[in-house]
Amino acid sequence: MESLSNKKKQLEIKPLNFWERAYLPAIAKGLSITMSHFFKKPVTIKYPEEKREFSENFRGMHSLKRDEQGRERCTACGLCALSCPAEAITMTAAERQKGEEHLYREEKYAAVYEINMLRCIFCGLCEEACPKEAIYLDGDIVPSDYLRKDFIYGKDKLVEAPLNQ
Amino acid sequence: MSTFYFIAFLSIFFSILVISAKNPVHSILYLVLTFFTFTIHYILLNAQFLAVVNFIVYMGAILVLFLYTLMLINLNKEAEPVKPFMVKIAAVFGGGILAVALVSSLKLLGVSDPVVLKNPDLGLVKNLGKVLFNEFLLPFEISSVLLLSAMVGAVLLATKEKEPKATI
Amino acid sequence: MELIDLLIKIALIIVIFVISLVVAMYSTYAERKIAAFFQDRVGPNRAGPWGILQPLADGGKMFLKEEIIPTNATGFLFIVGPSLAILTACIGSAVIPWGQNLEIGGRVIPLQVTDINVGILYIFGVVSLGVYGIMIGGWASNNKYSLLGAIRAASQNISYEISMGLSIIALLMVTGTLSLGEIAKQQHGFWADGYFSWNVFKQPLGFLLFIVCAFAETNRSPFDLPECETELVGGYHTEYSSMKLGFYLFAEYINMFISSAVMATLYFGGYNFPFMDLIHSPNLVAILGVVALFIKIFMFIFFFMWVRWTLPRFRYDQLMDLGWKTLIPLAIANIVLTGIFMTFFK
Repeated sequence: MESLSNKKKQLEIKPLNFWERAYLPAIAKGLSITMSHFFKKPVTIKYPEEKREFSENFRGMHSLKRDEQGRERCTACGLCALSCPAEAITMTAAERQKGEEHLYREEKYAAVYEINMLRCIFCGLCEEACPKEAIYLDGDIVPSDYLRKDFIYGKDKLVEAPLNQ
Repeated sequence: MSTFYFIAFLSIFFSILVISAKNPVHSILYLVLTFFTFTIHYILLNAQFLAVVNFIVYMGAILVLFLYTLMLINLNKEAEPVKPFMVKIAAVFGGGILAVALVSSLKLLGVSDPVVLKNPDLGLVKNLGKVLFNEFLLPFEISSVLLLSAMVGAVLLATKEKEPKATI
Repeated sequence: MELIDLLIKIALIIVIFVISLVVAMYSTYAERKIAAFFQDRVGPNRAGPWGILQPLADGGKMFLKEEIIPTNATGFLFIVGPSLAILTACIGSAVIPWGQNLEIGGRVIPLQVTDINVGILYIFGVVSLGVYGIMIGGWASNNKYSLLGAIRAASQNISYEISMGLSIIALLMVTGTLSLGEIAKQQHGFWADGYFSWNVFKQPLGFLLFIVCAFAETNRSPFDLPECETELVGGYHTEYSSMKLGFYLFAEYINMFISSAVMATLYFGGYNFPFMDLIHSPNLVAILGVVALFIKIFMFIFFFMWVRWTLPRFRYDQLMDLGWKTLIPLAIANIVLTGIFMTFFK
């Protein structure tokens, strides 16, 4: 059949000549190639000590942000949970009591906020859905663990550290 | 001398095990041990070259091939062929003749004078080579011709006959 | 023999034994490290600085693993296999001259366990015996892959032994002796009588044949068909676990060390090194000679590994073709050429 791309090349199988049959020149060539690699710098990144630089739009572990006064931004509107295609986010809302104004910015806040890291696909839709700029996927790679239950991250792991510390 | 008796005992012991072992592979392994004791005998006789050649050729090559062949045979009890009655009779008969020959030869046994070598270093490679290529040149060459003919015969048996080329 | 001589001999044997074990141990580390360098990687680097404690960790792991003897295996022979493999690997070192004689307090200490006058043939016999460990282990496992590996090992060893022996014969024609100590002595220095004194310059083709056969006899890549994992799972040690497997792997490295030592002694001048006549203290020469021999041995071990991480494995029929149709005729031609050369040019 006629080839459409005209890239087809008919290979001719010629009998090997003497030097090709003697193997040795080919072996010497192969040895020189491996030897040239022997002195090359290893490409390995020794992971726990060294880290590969992330790109700017890398999406890692979530963090719940605080505002300038160190109050949690999240108002537990549930838009992130709604937008999540993997249904990894769940939360329970609570009303802010008197005297808690320095803790929560809005009158409603998330008492429980859980992300199942085994379900999360790090698509960043929660980030986009959030009207309060409270959630960002700007963290590191999610670390490994032994038990499934340990991958459900609560507020203790997600909320940013307080400002004054 | 006690070394000799010990090694001689071992040779006989292992060679009895060779024929009494049920499993052919075990029997070959005992044969390997027997040949190893022979090697020690040669060393005791100061025939180092012969010892090493026995070691290389018999233990290292021929018995490996024996073992090789036996490993490929299916040696189940079920696969054992039933021996016909006549074969058993023949075996008993042959064994009897062997026993008669052994007894008669034992009867003729006498203590011979120990052979004293003129040259105690005869077993060394240099002397052995000189003897082989001077006094025993003809038998040596004839045996090599014998081996060559065996080799040619083996090659001839192993090569397949070429199929006649198909003509269009 | 005096008691002190006996004690010196025993000490020498123990030292050589320990050295060959340590070299084999660190060969496993070197192999992984060198493989890593050839592939632009780092290699083991966690156990100790640069990972130098890795062999100890591996050994500990081997000892602590579960000993499994398959139900249908021939129990006794299953254990004999690896023991025999490591035994035959170790006894080869007895005839290798590790250095010139040392003189301490008026006592001459030879750095060779025994200089028997059929030294090369002894090495050769030990090598040919090495296949028993593999064959017995492979058969006793009662596993088809093990058996296939054992059979491959047997036929490969026997085939390459022939060309190895023939290449040694050409060497013997040049040296005129079978004793390894004598052969090492003949290659004194580096330059003598207007020509190189090392045998590799007198027998280049013989050396090439010998090294190819050494690769095949030690079951190293590209001739590692007996343990070819793409076809035979693990080859003859498929059913082995724990330290019995460790023995098989260890035997391979000891074999590599011994065959490197043999090649260095037979073809690369053994303990001799260039300009050794300029040093006048005989003890210093002896010690430097040992160092030189070990440098040569390590170069050969490195070459073994270099080839392993470069060349792909041969196919089985190619292996047999190479052995019977190429190496044996070449070895015979080498003998004839050596004979012609010796008759007409000397």
